[in-house]
Amino acid sequence: MSDTAEVTRVDAPARGGAFRRVAAERWRWIVLAALFAAACYAPFQLVPFRVFQFTMVLVYAVALLGLNLLVGHAGQISLGHGAFFAVGAYGAAIMLDRFELPYPVTLPIAAAVAFVIGLALGLPAMRLRGLYLALVTLAMAIFLVPLLKRFEEVTGGSMGLTLPKPAPPAWTGLAEDQWLYFLALAVAVAAFLAAYSLMRSRVGRALHAIRDNEAAAETMGVRLSFYKTLAFAWSAMFAGAAGCVYTWVIGFVSPDSFAVTLSITLLAGLVVGGLGSLSGPLLGGLFVMFVPSISQDVNEAAPGVIFGLLIIAVMYVAPTGLAGLTGRAAHSIKKTLRRE
Amino acid sequence: MRVTAIGCTAVLLLAMTACGGREEAGTGTTATGQCQGQQTTGITDKSLKLGGIYPLSGPASAYGAIPKGIKAYFDFVNAEQNGIGGRKVEFLVRDDGYQPPKAVEEARRLVEQEKVFALFQTLGTPSTTATWDYADQQKVPQVFVATGASTWGTDTAHPWTIGWQPNYVSEARVYAQYLKQEKPEAKVAVLFQNDDFGKDLLGGFKRAIEGTQVKIVAEQSYEVTDPSVDPQMSNLAESKADVFLNVTTPKFGSQALAADAKNTSWNPVHIVNNVAASVTVLKPVGFENVQGVVSSTYYKDPNDPTWRSDQEMMRYQAKMKQYAPDADPAVPYHAFGWAVASSFHKAMEAAKCPTREGLRDSVRALNDVQVDMLLPGVTMSTGPDDGFPIESMQLMTFKGERWELFGDVIDTRKEFGPLTG
Repeated sequence: MSDTAEVTRVDAPARGGAFRRVAAERWRWIVLAALFAAACYAPFQLVPFRVFQFTMVLVYAVALLGLNLLVGHAGQISLGHGAFFAVGAYGAAIMLDRFELPYPVTLPIAAAVAFVIGLALGLPAMRLRGLYLALVTLAMAIFLVPLLKRFEEVTGGSMGLTLPKPAPPAWTGLAEDQWLYFLALAVAVAAFLAAYSLMRSRVGRALHAIRDNEAAAETMGVRLSFYKTLAFAWSAMFAGAAGCVYTWVIGFVSPDSFAVTLSITLLAGLVVGGLGSLSGPLLGGLFVMFVPSISQDVNEAAPGVIFGLLIIAVMYVAPTGLAGLTGRAAHSIKKTLRRE
Repeated sequence: MRVTAIGCTAVLLLAMTACGGREEAGTGTTATGQCQGQQTTGITDKSLKLGGIYPLSGPASAYGAIPKGIKAYFDFVNAEQNGIGGRKVEFLVRDDGYQPPKAVEEARRLVEQEKVFALFQTLGTPSTTATWDYADQQKVPQVFVATGASTWGTDTAHPWTIGWQPNYVSEARVYAQYLKQEKPEAKVAVLFQNDDFGKDLLGGFKRAIEGTQVKIVAEQSYEVTDPSVDPQMSNLAESKADVFLNVTTPKFGSQALAADAKNTSWNPVHIVNNVAASVTVLKPVGFENVQGVVSSTYYKDPNDPTWRSDQEMMRYQAKMKQYAPDADPAVPYHAFGWAVASSFHKAMEAAKCPTREGLRDSVRALNDVQVDMLLPGVTMSTGPDDGFPIESMQLMTFKGERWELFGDVIDTRKEFGPLTG
């Protein structure tokens, strides 16, 4: 990588040009580094309430990353992603409440449990497609709430479970909200790296092939059932991890937190954020977190209506989602930089 | 290039973390003089900022009518009585869509960003449970929460949170008292919603009839997701009980009333709980089918002609028209809001210190406080080991096209002793 950078630098006619060229070549990394630096710096500048909001954005972004894998990359539809989110959240809550495990342990276990359940529920995905699959996943989301209410000894019934939040270690000198934020940030970065490398591997190419044309993919030797089930399991795993962090942050789970609306909001957030792009989940997370409260500021009486109208507006202005919009903006900036 | 970028970020990060965490910003203000050291965030000599969290959207959005009544009351007090003790009340309303995580976010927004003096009402048991730890941690009063769970009063770990309306256990005691007097050998069949609400009420009823001749002979539960309660109703009918206790939310309340009306071979005394006792629940069943149904209440119904010439009701009707012209004063939720807002008014006036601590202590030291929107004889009382402001209710029976009060106000405190966890 750095070799090519050297070459461009040598070939550049003038110094300013060289800088522009480097910027054009490496803009992705520069933006990412800047974003990461800003993300690390932000909690020291913002009030706790804002830090909490951004923590939730990261939580939603991780969940959307999983959904993106399934919907955006593998082309399968899921209206039940909130159920996997709930599995992670309740998994963590039960581990913390009943078994009193230390909270870092809950993350891998919650993710693993969600993975296994995703694998099992991924089986119908092999046989069903389109609307039929959507219905099965929707049924999952609907049936989860009464299920959680039923096993009261374990899940706390409809009163839910209240849990202590992870306390920041003394050596960090951080406040509780900042510590939770960095925990969420660490999980989000790990999840983004995992999704990124997954998409650049054989698996990513296989999933894209399935999305674009199943028959062609099969002819090329992609095992449809295997990859579809796997995509389900992975997406569930991301949702489970997000659910676990959610429990750390909110410190309370109840069946009503994971109703069907959650699944639908997640899907809407992803589509608005941008299907199939890596920045889509992050933008979707921002959308899911901030737009409902903005729409409430616009009209107190009917926040739902404004929220719906905003979704329509975004889809109309940016049919590829917000990621497509920023992608286009970035493209035009790149072009300006390239111009000499 | 990539390495340098990452390296730079790492150095930057280290430098930042070295600066340490956030300086503990002394966000709140404190009082001086007699109330020294107590929190005065959100309150000045001229203003008082309150925040409420309600489901304005989503499945429970019918309750979104409550804050309209509250707002109308505070607007009226601000305009015509120079606020509460000279302090103009600013009441902020946020929507949580009945979702606990949203309630947490909104509570933090109100406390940290809007810097409200107190959370005046969070609605629903899930949203209140999700936020009361936070209120406790921040030492912000969370007063008169709009849910009837008995947890708010029996819990001792959250001194900043308190309920208002009669809790489900007290309501159950009212029905038990009624049966003890009118039907001492009653055989009761119960239909209840299988959640905290249903179990709270049923559990309270069971404890209240202990040691009496009143017996529960059949009980059936249903889930909120069930399409109908007809199978449960036919099971209960087989018990041949002479009293039917209907512990349901509105939709299922209607179904149970209809099923009871249809079954002519089983005619028990039908008691429907307050949650499902609104006229809108009874109407689809047909008024001729619900004559004589019994329930209980604690505040004045704006539709009840008994109160037509009642001073407070006339004031409510007039001020609602003036300050909330697009709201229909006949909606009982508005009257509920009006009643709870005037209760807050009384509690705030009684506070020794105009501070958060002052309000916390004041709502726990109410001594027979009269609120005009409540039924005559229903007053608010709390104490060190009594966290329930209202524990009295009056029975009512359905006659013609409306509820009619009967008997005396039943003070469950007096009849059954204090309610403890």
